[in-house]
Amino acid sequence: MDKPELTSRLKAIITTYAQETDALAHLTEETDFIKDLKINSANLVDIVLDVEEEFGIEIDNDSMSRMLTVGAAIEIIEAKLAANDRE
Amino acid sequence: MHKRVVITGMGVAAPNGVGLSAFSTAIKNGLSGIRFDPQLAELAFSCQIAGKPEIDDTLAAQYLTALELRGFNSTGILYGLIAGMDAWQDAGLPILQNEEPDWDSGTIFGAGTSGIEKFREAILKIDDKQVRRLGSTAVLQTMASGISAYLGGKLGLGNQVSTNSSACTTGAESILMAYERIKSGQAKRMLAGSASDSGPYIWAGFDAMKVCTFKHNEDPQSGSRPMSASASGFVPGSGAGALLLEDLETALNRGARIYGEILGGHINSGGQRGSGSMTAPNSIAVQRCIRSAISNAGIQSADIDLINGHLTATSKDALEIQNWSEALQRSGKDFPHINSLKSMTGHCLSAAGSIECVASVLQLQEDFIFPNINCEDLHPDISKWVDPECIPQQCISKKLNIIAKASFGFGDVNACLIFKKYNHG
Repeated sequence: MDKPELTSRLKAIITTYAQETDALAHLTEETDFIKDLKINSANLVDIVLDVEEEFGIEIDNDSMSRMLTVGAAIEIIEAKLAANDRE
Repeated sequence: MHKRVVITGMGVAAPNGVGLSAFSTAIKNGLSGIRFDPQLAELAFSCQIAGKPEIDDTLAAQYLTALELRGFNSTGILYGLIAGMDAWQDAGLPILQNEEPDWDSGTIFGAGTSGIEKFREAILKIDDKQVRRLGSTAVLQTMASGISAYLGGKLGLGNQVSTNSSACTTGAESILMAYERIKSGQAKRMLAGSASDSGPYIWAGFDAMKVCTFKHNEDPQSGSRPMSASASGFVPGSGAGALLLEDLETALNRGARIYGEILGGHINSGGQRGSGSMTAPNSIAVQRCIRSAISNAGIQSADIDLINGHLTATSKDALEIQNWSEALQRSGKDFPHINSLKSMTGHCLSAAGSIECVASVLQLQEDFIFPNINCEDLHPDISKWVDPECIPQQCISKKLNIIAKASFGFGDVNACLIFKKYNHG
């Protein structure tokens, strides 16, 4: 899966939770889920569950705690997808 | 100086009507909300009829955002939000997105359980070692105070935000507790009410206790028969009712419409002593509760025009009538009119008291007495105490000044409230 496709699928998930539509429209790798998109911190676990379902991966607790920006999320998803491919 | 407390808004989600105007029409016309429930039949319940408010997705979306509705599975919270937010808006109060909460307004919104379907969903995942897949709202939907927490956030309440629980007394108790808070000057406005979940997981325990009727699966609308000789147990119900209580001065200052006044009331328990037990009432305590409510309200028993009873359609109905009669020292033709909403809604459990208070206040404001349906064969142990004329089977118009409303619950608990018409002075 190339990065633009991955990003657009991730964006679709985030859209459900983002309160800040402006920041959502100008999403970059630096976009912070809580600070920029004003996502309720409790919803971060829901995003992880949605990501797991969408990409067929499992995100461990350590990765979950790092998943605070769009860039970090992409990096984690890519790594898990690559690990899946190796299996 | 104690504050006077008035009702300035109401909301309801009942099996026979969602929204105040639908509910008002339903109770005037003796419309039953009891229906056959295929899920209960599928699960081999003895009682396969029940009362559930009818709510479609479009209506739910007016109270919860698309995000909040994701993974949402708590009927009680949905009913409570509909009743609570409706009552707030019915009182002409705006829902503001201010930075600062409304320090003068709070809620006491009762519940018996919260999100029992959500709880089941969570338990199945937990047992399947899927704790991590519960999502973020399992706690919010299943904590006992879920409904008051949801309402507090929707309305920006900054005063006390709490949930009370006292079985089938819950709804009457929430109103009395909210009343006390305003009366003592600690809040200007309290949203008082209660909610009860729908479905097999809340009703099963009652079915197992054999307190629900199993004789009316073929004719649901005749199933709930308070005061009838052929009453054979209650029909399980669900929903929510809410009253917006306000201190009189605050209500007058903002020119609010006033439905009626709460003069007072009383709550007590029979201590599960004497004739009382976990499930049976101590009659001495019931009568004491009624008499204390009358004295607390500063009225005489002769002042009561109408009683809205607890009257669930079990064998205890006749005992309740006897308790009212002895407590009030009134019988035969001298007895006040009396009715039971449960003939139309079933027993809405923790929501019963609040839904029935909404029905009581509607009668008070509009001067009518809604009909008791399904008691064409009045129980002889009831007609012994009370003239049948006091138990109307058709809706009647009558000037009403004072209504007494009582609810009784498991744990041998009692509550009685006294409502009075507000005469602008």
